[in-house]
Amino acid sequence: MYVAVKGGEAAILATHDLIAEARRGDQSVPELSVAQIREQMGLACARVMNEGSLYDLDLAALALKQAQGDAIEAAFLMRAYRTTLPRFGSSEPVDTAMMAIRRRVSATYKDLPGGQVLGPTYDYTHRLFDFALMDTPDVMVGLDPTISGQGTSSTNASGDARVKPEHDARALDATMPRVPDILGAEGLMEAEVPIEGDPRPFDLTREPISFPAERDVRLQAMARGDEGFLLGLGYSVQRGFGGNHPFVGEIRVGEVSVEFVPEELGFAVDLGDLTLTECQMVNQFAGSKDVAPQFTRGYGLSFGHSERKAMSMSLVDRALKAREFGEAADYPAQQDEFVLYHSDNVEAAGFVEHLKLPHYVDFQGELELIRRIRREREQRAASEQETLPEAAE
Amino acid sequence: MMTAQTILSPHPEEPRSGVSKDAPARSETSFETKPPASPQDEGCGETKPAYNYAYLDEQTKRMIRRALLKAVAVPGYQVPFGSREMPLARGWGTGGIQITAAIIGPDDTLKVIDQGADDTTNAVSIRRFFQQTAAVKTTEATDEATIIQTRHRIPEAPLNPGQIMVYQVPMPEPLRKLEPREAETRKMHAWAEYGLMQVKLYENIARFGEVTTTYDYPVLVNGRYIMAPSPIPKFDNPKMHMSPSLQLFGAGREKRIYALPPHTSVKSLDFDDHPFRIQSWTEPCGLCGAGDSYLDEVITDDHGGRMFVCSDSHHCETRRGQGHRGAMLADASALHLVEETKP
Repeated sequence: MYVAVKGGEAAILATHDLIAEARRGDQSVPELSVAQIREQMGLACARVMNEGSLYDLDLAALALKQAQGDAIEAAFLMRAYRTTLPRFGSSEPVDTAMMAIRRRVSATYKDLPGGQVLGPTYDYTHRLFDFALMDTPDVMVGLDPTISGQGTSSTNASGDARVKPEHDARALDATMPRVPDILGAEGLMEAEVPIEGDPRPFDLTREPISFPAERDVRLQAMARGDEGFLLGLGYSVQRGFGGNHPFVGEIRVGEVSVEFVPEELGFAVDLGDLTLTECQMVNQFAGSKDVAPQFTRGYGLSFGHSERKAMSMSLVDRALKAREFGEAADYPAQQDEFVLYHSDNVEAAGFVEHLKLPHYVDFQGELELIRRIRREREQRAASEQETLPEAAE
Repeated sequence: MMTAQTILSPHPEEPRSGVSKDAPARSETSFETKPPASPQDEGCGETKPAYNYAYLDEQTKRMIRRALLKAVAVPGYQVPFGSREMPLARGWGTGGIQITAAIIGPDDTLKVIDQGADDTTNAVSIRRFFQQTAAVKTTEATDEATIIQTRHRIPEAPLNPGQIMVYQVPMPEPLRKLEPREAETRKMHAWAEYGLMQVKLYENIARFGEVTTTYDYPVLVNGRYIMAPSPIPKFDNPKMHMSPSLQLFGAGREKRIYALPPHTSVKSLDFDDHPFRIQSWTEPCGLCGAGDSYLDEVITDDHGGRMFVCSDSHHCETRRGQGHRGAMLADASALHLVEETKP
């Protein structure tokens, strides 16, 4: 008897071996450790934590290692793991006003209480390769010798003029009020008050969303949304596919503590710190006959140091408030269904990439149809050819 | 079928020694300090997490079963459900997998097909998933299976009472191509406002002389809801009508479940003067000679050579076992599509 040759299972198992081999690369080069990725690829880890919706630096680093640095694949690993984790409750709201600041900049005020804190940023670097990073010396490289050098003659033991600079050792101000709060005290900023009864926020990982989506759902979706997608949407709002012209009220990066109230204790317990980036945009004002004009707010919050993500999110957040302010929702960034359904890169990647799966049954249906339609068309044309000369006479 | 769960591994609600809990606490200015090496780097062996029977936790299974009960009660209605992140990609059958995980038990026998065949890549992957997480018996024989999870086909052999079909659905909304907004399509279903679909079919006929939808051909369920049958070829649509088996549809990415209880009317949309018709081929299966099965086209050379073979691999093999021989069996053997076994 003839039986079908089935190689599917063996072939699939072979792909697992091949990807392990490809991941490791040249074995003469030392293998990356998870700790190295966590410490030296921190911004990539932050992106994976955001899009994977799970704050865990070690797992983010492991995900990046396992995914060969593919951020979306790494986020997918995080998501598939987080969904299996037990939930023991919701934390207290984190207070970003109490953040231990690493970086805090405002574009709306030259100076303000707490001052501008530049912190670690690529913003003012020149994008020139630092070829010293090609080598792997023990000394800390990548520092600008013109700033950090203690004069041209002072070199350290390895002969590198670049030594760790003396940071401004003064402690930062204890209080760093958030810029929208300063504006709010004057009544100039749209107030953010919890809705009636302060209900528990929606959880889009446990319940299906419906439209129109409320702001808690929108912010949650954007927090896990693809950075590139939100960046493009935010950019579209700025360029004219949307009507917002915002100022960066403030961006702040730093650590906040997470507190949890166990039912059996009845008081808050500190669970640890999160590194967060918060962006609040000040947008053109809205008002009516009854309400005095106020600036409107766009809000972005992300895990780790991820300013681009937080800024993009705050642009789109404001655009999505179109309905609340009675603005026309003419552009993609203003339409919640468009933004929420398409910003999730794990879902989007799954559906786009599923086109790789076999589709030959459906394709055969199309082939059968197109061949038949063409055949019938030819037959029709042939019969018309026969009748035409008579009609011409 | 939904009872008698064997818990093979600790319940997920119990604490487990996950990697993250053991991670060192980070200081307030963590960028300045270097915490000790994480557990992964020390190669801890005991941190491998355990998963619940059939992967999903029992709470989630209960939520999915509730959605299934509602779906069965209102045939063809799309029930939103809290679709979970799965360890397989969205769009690769996570809806069907979640349904199967919610209904499967150790006494079940599972068959998984993709394009009608048991050995296509996705079918192999999903079957392995349930072998590993649910320790379930699997089969390729359609009549032995209690649950058949499928993508794009319904088996050729008639299904029996008690069997459950689980369809993987990419786009559950049959009106989506006509109206992209979910808020609108839900209203259209609520009011049974289906004129738009009739107009689309009419325009098809006006332009091409017939309805040009060949798969995912819309059906009217129980005289009420228009439903997407998932991208099965329209060839399979008549098999859904009054089927004695329970048919469940899961769309993971779109977070919808819907169902056809046994013996439900399923009518493919058409017009009196343009009745619904299914695909047909001018030649029978090259391997088993079947003239009434759905055929796949296999390209055999680059000079236009091709043969048509049954898409349902089990059906084809069963027929060959019964002694049916197609005209191109020898060619297929030469191409290593089949091999002769000694009896």
